[in-house]
Amino acid sequence: MALLDVRGLTVEYHTPAGDLRAVEDLSFSLEERETLGIVGESGCGKSTAMLALMRILPEEGRVVAGEIALEGADLLQLSPADMRTRRWRGISMVFQGAMNALNPVRTIESQIAEALRLHETVAGSEVKAEVGRLLDLVGIAPSRGPQYPHQYSGGMRQRAMIAMALACRPLVVIADEPTTALDVMIQAQILDLLQQLQQDMGLSIILVTHDLGVVAELSDRVLVMYGGRLAEYGDVDTVYNQALHPYTQRLLGAFPDIENPRAPLVSIPGCPPPLDALPPGCRFEPRCHLSLKACSREVPPLCELAAGHIVSCHMVKAHDR
Amino acid sequence: MTQVFVRYRLGGLGLVMVAAVVVVAFLAPWLAPYDPYATITGSSADIMASPSRGHLLGQDDSGKDVLSSVIYGSRISLTVGFAASFIVVVLGATVGMLSGYAGGRVDMVLMRITDAFLVVPRLPLMLVVITVAGRGLANIILVIGLLSWTYMARVVRSQVLTVKERQFILRAKALGVSPARIMTRHILPQVVPVIFAEATLDVSYAILSEATLSFLGLGDPMLISWGSILNRAFLRGAVMREAWWYLIPPGVALAWTTLGLTFLGIALQEMINPRLKTHHLFDEGKTVAIKRLKTRTPILGEAPRF
Repeated sequence: MALLDVRGLTVEYHTPAGDLRAVEDLSFSLEERETLGIVGESGCGKSTAMLALMRILPEEGRVVAGEIALEGADLLQLSPADMRTRRWRGISMVFQGAMNALNPVRTIESQIAEALRLHETVAGSEVKAEVGRLLDLVGIAPSRGPQYPHQYSGGMRQRAMIAMALACRPLVVIADEPTTALDVMIQAQILDLLQQLQQDMGLSIILVTHDLGVVAELSDRVLVMYGGRLAEYGDVDTVYNQALHPYTQRLLGAFPDIENPRAPLVSIPGCPPPLDALPPGCRFEPRCHLSLKACSREVPPLCELAAGHIVSCHMVKAHDR
Repeated sequence: MTQVFVRYRLGGLGLVMVAAVVVVAFLAPWLAPYDPYATITGSSADIMASPSRGHLLGQDDSGKDVLSSVIYGSRISLTVGFAASFIVVVLGATVGMLSGYAGGRVDMVLMRITDAFLVVPRLPLMLVVITVAGRGLANIILVIGLLSWTYMARVVRSQVLTVKERQFILRAKALGVSPARIMTRHILPQVVPVIFAEATLDVSYAILSEATLSFLGLGDPMLISWGSILNRAFLRGAVMREAWWYLIPPGVALAWTTLGLTFLGIALQEMINPRLKTHHLFDEGKTVAIKRLKTRTPILGEAPRF
């Protein structure tokens, strides 16, 4: 049994302008000590799916279908009070742009301590020591605990956020674009840190990003999302080397080739579908260079090819036959 | 902090003015030459006597010292002002925070209630309620407080609406913090400055309301307040007797206090919302620095300071 098993997750935003389907029929699983990378363009629904996982969607967000099984228990069935106890201990999150995710008028120390005190993972007298230990774990001098977020640099704030996310020894850590707001040098440091922490603490990580390079570096499996649906899902080597979905192929092709620096940059023409005008069939069909007639009419089913490699594309299905 | 305050000279002035009144109220027994609550024995020559050496602001219609009355009157005015304001803060901030954070139906219901209060003109309603409920300090404080909290509620609610969208609130939710704790520990600190600014103005309105009620004869009959002094002055014909020493000091005291509080409130509001100030290029300090830059010969490697 997988540590985290998501089946058919569908999330909508119920706005006065109508119901917008941000995530549709998303299924994936996460094993222990595994890193899953979720990639996709901005607006493809990856952040929404993660917020749904922790049940912290904004007011208009609704999970309309699906099941999120953490250690076998469906999180969507829990009462709000039970869910509050599961948060941070079951699943925790490292937010993008740590400056905004940290309370500017409270010290870093008190914010990490809040997590510890709330979930009572440590005895009251031990809290300060534990906070120091956590800061040390992520490479921040414990003496800097009593400082405020604005006194930290960007990389330090992100590391403080990681320390906070690990405070209650969660089963799953969701890292939502942890390096997007940072420069490349700091990005490398943070990624190294995550990798090391995973090895030392046996973490299971869901890494959400739009950076394919980061995913390649850190992940065991990768899930490519487009227009709220799963496009391709499999282990990193297979997906990167034998990509089957046209979108994945184009995405990988857009990556500049280090061996051919003078080659013109390739991009995918068009832009992601607006949520209030989703294509009736395959979401990617308007921008796809290989579309069949069926693509604009029917939503492609999920086909499992070689073990664990799932693709949602009519072309692939046709090939299969 | 103090530097910022002094920059806002209005705020500094306001602070001084209010502090002066507070000090006077506290030290009333030592500052006032006579006790205005004590019974008087005097002659008819004392009635509305003009200022003399023994009575710097003259005497009122029963021979009491006007200066002492005004000094002691500050106690009642300030008491009502702060007590009513306390009710306003507690009630208004609570309703505002609940309404703003909960949203949805709770918000709608609470806002409709506040709308009902806002629609009715405050002063006439206060008059009616006091007439029915009876005179007395406690009644006055309650009436003023209960009819003024809605402004605070609205202001607090709009601040809460902006704060609750910030990402550190989302993180607190992700942590599993209960809504009550999010409100008290994360949202409240961001709302306090707004409460302060609004409360200052509420205190001034409360003081004026009490003065109005007393002036109209609905104040506490056992207590001396600036409004009640004016009430007696008018009723006993001070105008006809041209007893300016009886009529003007309470009015000046009221004006001084409310003006000081208003200055304070304006300065606090400006401090909270820097955007209320004009563009930074018009700021005195910055302009001087730019002028200085022009006259200096640039040194290689030194970064310009703006």
